[in-house]
Amino acid sequence: MSGIGITLRLLHDGERDLEQDLLAAAARHRTDHEFHHVALDVARWSREHATRLADAGRDHGLALSGPRDHPSPGGLAALRAKASEALGRRPENGLLLLHDLRDLHLAAARNSLHWEMLAQAAQATRDERLLTLTGGCHPQTLRQLRWTNTMVKILAPQLLTSV
Amino acid sequence: MDTSADRIADVWGSRTPYEPGTPWPSRTDTHLAAGLGEQDVERWVQAASLLHSNGDAMDIAVREGRMVGVRGRAADRVNRGRLGPKDLYGWQANASPDRLTRPLVREDGRLVECDWDTAMDRITSRTRRLLDDKGPGSIGFHTSGQLFLEEYYTLAVLARAGLGTNHLDGNTRLCTATAAEALKETFGCDGQPGSYEDIDHADTVALFGHNMAETQTVLWMRLLDRMEGADPPRLVCVDPRHTPVARRADVHLAPRAGTNVALLNALLHEIIRTGRVDRAYLDAHTVGFDELAAIVAECTPGWAAGICDVPTAQIERAAEILGGAERLLSTVLQGVYQSHQATAAAVQVNNLHLIRGMLGRPGCGLLQMNGQPSAENTRECGADGDLPGFRNWQNEEHVAELAAVWNVTPQTIAHYAPPTHAMQIFRYAEQGSIGMLWITGTNPAVSLPELSRVRSILAQEHLFVIVQDLFLTETAQLADVVLPAATWGEKTGTLTNADRTVHLAEKAVDPPGEARPDLDILLDFAARMDFRDKDGGPLITWHDPESAFAAWQRCSAGRPCDYSGLSYDRLRGGSGIQWPCTDEAPDGTARLYTDGIDFAHPDVCESYGRDLVTGASVEPVEYWALNPDGKAVLKAAEYLPPHEDTSSDHPLQLITGRTVYHFHTRTKTARAPELNAAAPDVWAEMSPAEASAQGLADGDLVQITTPRGAVRARLRTTAIRDGMVFLPFHYGYWDTPAGHHPPDDRPGRAANETTVTDWDPASKQPLFKTGAARVTLVSRRPTDTAARTDTTGSGS
Ligand code: SF4
Repeated sequence: MSGIGITLRLLHDGERDLEQDLLAAAARHRTDHEFHHVALDVARWSREHATRLADAGRDHGLALSGPRDHPSPGGLAALRAKASEALGRRPENGLLLLHDLRDLHLAAARNSLHWEMLAQAAQATRDERLLTLTGGCHPQTLRQLRWTNTMVKILAPQLLTSV
Repeated sequence: MDTSADRIADVWGSRTPYEPGTPWPSRTDTHLAAGLGEQDVERWVQAASLLHSNGDAMDIAVREGRMVGVRGRAADRVNRGRLGPKDLYGWQANASPDRLTRPLVREDGRLVECDWDTAMDRITSRTRRLLDDKGPGSIGFHTSGQLFLEEYYTLAVLARAGLGTNHLDGNTRLCTATAAEALKETFGCDGQPGSYEDIDHADTVALFGHNMAETQTVLWMRLLDRMEGADPPRLVCVDPRHTPVARRADVHLAPRAGTNVALLNALLHEIIRTGRVDRAYLDAHTVGFDELAAIVAECTPGWAAGICDVPTAQIERAAEILGGAERLLSTVLQGVYQSHQATAAAVQVNNLHLIRGMLGRPGCGLLQMNGQPSAENTRECGADGDLPGFRNWQNEEHVAELAAVWNVTPQTIAHYAPPTHAMQIFRYAEQGSIGMLWITGTNPAVSLPELSRVRSILAQEHLFVIVQDLFLTETAQLADVVLPAATWGEKTGTLTNADRTVHLAEKAVDPPGEARPDLDILLDFAARMDFRDKDGGPLITWHDPESAFAAWQRCSAGRPCDYSGLSYDRLRGGSGIQWPCTDEAPDGTARLYTDGIDFAHPDVCESYGRDLVTGASVEPVEYWALNPDGKAVLKAAEYLPPHEDTSSDHPLQLITGRTVYHFHTRTKTARAPELNAAAPDVWAEMSPAEASAQGLADGDLVQITTPRGAVRARLRTTAIRDGMVFLPFHYGYWDTPAGHHPPDDRPGRAANETTVTDWDPASKQPLFKTGAARVTLVSRRPTDTAARTDTTGSGS
């Protein structure tokens, strides 16, 4: 597999995982309402990225599966939602949120670097389709990064000093 | 003169038509207590309205030490003598027999009367203990849009410099945060660009989610007078309900709730496509056009029609009117601010004016409206999640400047993160990191979303709640200490309306019992806490309204909201004056941005902006790179589907709103007999077609249910989009047997039992107009009565 192919696959898997992680974190933190809703919104970006990366993979001879199918919110999700509301009262949940934000930030940073690599390679090989792809998607990954960073900045002073 | 007996039925009174470019004729509205004439009035005392954001100037009639009526001030630029129903009748609430007259403290679970020393001692000892044990971040303030400038400024100084907490915001978060944020995003700084006089000149007026007829009755009178005169303006209205505004509009767009960005992007698309863009203005005064054009390139009217469920032709027609306007005035209110993608949508209205070059000239007005009467002051004074004087928390110079004004070290002022917004303050209280919440002049137990959650937060054992108010509100009933406050007419201070007009409101009568002005209470607290500046002198050096005003003038000097040219004397007698008012502009400033964009420079701006989807802060370096010359920023936004959409379980969109007869949670207006009688109880609205599709009919008692809770109300069938239900949000429980909550485990009557906790990530304004609900029958309308209630004046 070519270097571009390997990177496409890594990024594809990274965006798939990030979507999943965002959705899971959103479910864990239902009572941190802004985090919850924005996580769902930006998860959509990762989902689109995974779809577009799977399409691009075909150009490069890869069979990438695209985003995961979502199980419809069944018993487990409902259980998790209840648990999250019950835990929402506990200050330790604030620490958990900070740790989730850190992990999401690191995952988005990893994706961002892969986008950077692909964009550079696309420049070098004058691959217009790949350039369009990175130009369309990378800015959204950067927005995911800035968001997690802003949230950490706002929440850390309160949540770290109160437990 | 308009003394028409019944301004409940005749909300806007008689017409005084006028032509474009001529001054709005005056009409003096008066209402006196029954049996009294003007000859019986001993004194008239100058004031301005505290029951909406229009800032109508009035005089209070006094006889034998009591208020006996009101009269509009004909000399004032805002209302030229007119008053709306809430002002004509609302003053009676001051003399209500259930006013709080002594402080209360909680003893063995019950609130009991005490003296001021006892109440204040409890507050200061709790404050000291929290400061020692947990630090300033354990103390939060939730203020109002009902106090005066002097009070907000004092509150901001004692909270931000005295205690050093970052947690001070107001209920203005619910009504004006998006206006402020949208202005910051586009112009780098808060500050209303337009002026009410733009109505006198406009050839086109567009109202975006603004039922002006009910929320700003006097401004609507002005527009009605233009429409009855020669050469009337054309009207575009965006509102899912057939409001009085919609009935007068040339084009009325009634989109699905939560789709404003799609609609506005389509309007921008059409204006760009048809070449209605003012290139010269764009080049001189803006950055970001290419990105905006790229984002709206695919947003055709046909695309938006599918999302908004509005006919394509209507969108095209609206775009044609907006694109053809030569003097366009736009106003924006809660239909945008309290809906999904609030800031993103409000910013697109700014963009409309920028791409058409419609700013800074008579008639080319942009009014990002306010809800609360003194909302503007919370923003300026830093009592609502901003630093005083529109200073930028990310700009070290600004913080240093503020520290110099207060003579404290910059480290004293928390600025490691944006000032905490109201919804997050409640979240911290819920989690336990905030241990004391001081609520001044507002009623979150009725006004915030998801009331069962709010009640449970306020009732927590570990949270010490102080409520300062006129009455034992739903919130006060949950407090640990209740402080009786004086209000409008019983104290002196200034307030600033939605078009930057500053008014003086003077004391006319004494407050009841031991009730004290909010300013006195705050100064008392500061004195007891003995807050000091960095040289050991007192932090707060003022002692009454006028000296507090002078202190604020020093803080505002050199900033966009500059009050340095004003004084109580200048505000006395004549008309209100619009800030900035300085030596160079001694008569105030009608319009901002008459000569380019003044406040967006990176060194000057109040904010570097936020990501409209995620709320992430733009960092200073990014802003410098994007906008080094300080032009207006054309911020594009992609449409996102609403967070809570309809489903088979909850098939209807739920929106909440207001009626012309009530203000906020009815604390005052329900105690004015005429206003209370006009709208005594909650109701629900659906279209006749939707009602019959759900098997319901006008007058039925119905239940509106969401995943959060349920409300019972009489159904009115009105002209509103199909697929939607509307509830007025004013009604709570203080006048029901249960007191501050719904009768045990049964559905309530406060609309916010049902609303979702979700807010706009940029402005942090809660979304009251994008939820999903189901409506079911409780019981049929009694057949023998004419159950149908009058629907004039229902909601915004
Ligand atoms: S009712 Fe809502 S919008 Fe109106 S003033 Fe109160 S908070 Fe603001």
